[in-house]
Amino acid sequence: MMLRIDCLRAIYSDLEKCLVVTIMGALPAELQSLGHRPNFFYLQHAMGLASSTGLGLALCLPHQKIVVLDGDGSLLMNLGTLSTLARYKPRNFVHIVFDNESLLSVGGFPTATSTGTDLEGIARAAGIPQTCSVRTVDDFASAARRAISSEGLQTIVAKVEATGPKAFITDLGLLENRFQFRRHIQSLAAKSR
Amino acid sequence: MPVSLENSKLIYRGLKGCGIRLLSALPETWLVHLIQIAEDDPEMRLVRLAKEEEGVGLSAGAHFAGVKSAMLMQNHGFLAAINGIVSFAHLYKIPLLMLVSYRGSFGERDPWQTQGGNVTEPLLRAMNIPYSCLDASASVEKRIAQAHTLAESSLQPVALLLTRDLMWGE
Ligand SMILES: Cc1ncc(C[n+]2csc(CCOP(=O)(O)OP(=O)(O)O)c2C)c(N)n1
Repeated sequence: MMLRIDCLRAIYSDLEKCLVVTIMGALPAELQSLGHRPNFFYLQHAMGLASSTGLGLALCLPHQKIVVLDGDGSLLMNLGTLSTLARYKPRNFVHIVFDNESLLSVGGFPTATSTGTDLEGIARAAGIPQTCSVRTVDDFASAARRAISSEGLQTIVAKVEATGPKAFITDLGLLENRFQFRRHIQSLAAKSR
Repeated sequence: MPVSLENSKLIYRGLKGCGIRLLSALPETWLVHLIQIAEDDPEMRLVRLAKEEEGVGLSAGAHFAGVKSAMLMQNHGFLAAINGIVSFAHLYKIPLLMLVSYRGSFGERDPWQTQGGNVTEPLLRAMNIPYSCLDASASVEKRIAQAHTLAESSLQPVALLLTRDLMWGE
């Protein structure tokens, strides 16, 4: 089985030109271990709302590519987001769901994807125009790269192992991250003016 | 339907006057006109939600993008959005302009609205959310502008309760 950190490493350079929103806990710790960038926003609570935040960004910044790095537990907590995304179909939105079948960041409790719930199937049935599931780093990297470099709303479900870093707290303050992210977006707007 | 079209227009004008360009909404009876006006306005991006809590994320994304937004919901929708408000808007200092129809208060005939009516103001107070009731057409536009100004300067959620006196003409 593949590791999420290897997936992140594989697309790390492709994320440079995107605005990236992540869920809390293990995933942002992994991404920060590869190197924080001002275009990364880590939503370190409010489970489920990373994708809604991405939708707000995507609708307001149609010329920016938005990448949301979601988790199975977080998405299961806000399944309605898939129907809202599908309703507005932002063409600049890539929704990556790392499905480790677990609430890893609170100690590893199995989620319903471990007993058969199919998040790609739910996304497709919600009306997300392009969906796929991937199980190898190569497949993940090519699917994610294709999605990032093309137009259209896509959900990629990446089946990964339920392992991650030991600790999740980094020295990046929540507010520091938030203000830096907004300022970064303002600087993009200033550049394109 | 005795929902006041005139006062709905007034509220909408107040929102437009603040430069609101994105409105997230989940309907209830009192909000029908407001949502329709937003839908018909090419300058407004109306986002119809499945659950009100999504609106916190949408408004945060809009704020990061430099776009002014507001949330339209009923008080039970506010209840459904509370974790998002605390764990995102408060934690990350996100300005939210929340327009909340105040069901279940004096004059309410629907039994199912009454519990939510009881807890709306106590919850707003417990959460330290500045709020004000919109109850007279004369002060609507000014108060919306003031609420918006406070949300933007304090970087926090601010609520306006849309009351029966304003929204419902019987
Ligand atoms: C409303 C709410 N309930 C519970 C939690 C505790 N919690 C924090 S992270 C997390 C698990 C997230 O799971 P997932 O999205 O699958 O990501 P993973 O941790 O597996 O990477 C939980 C349950 C929370 N933060 N908020």
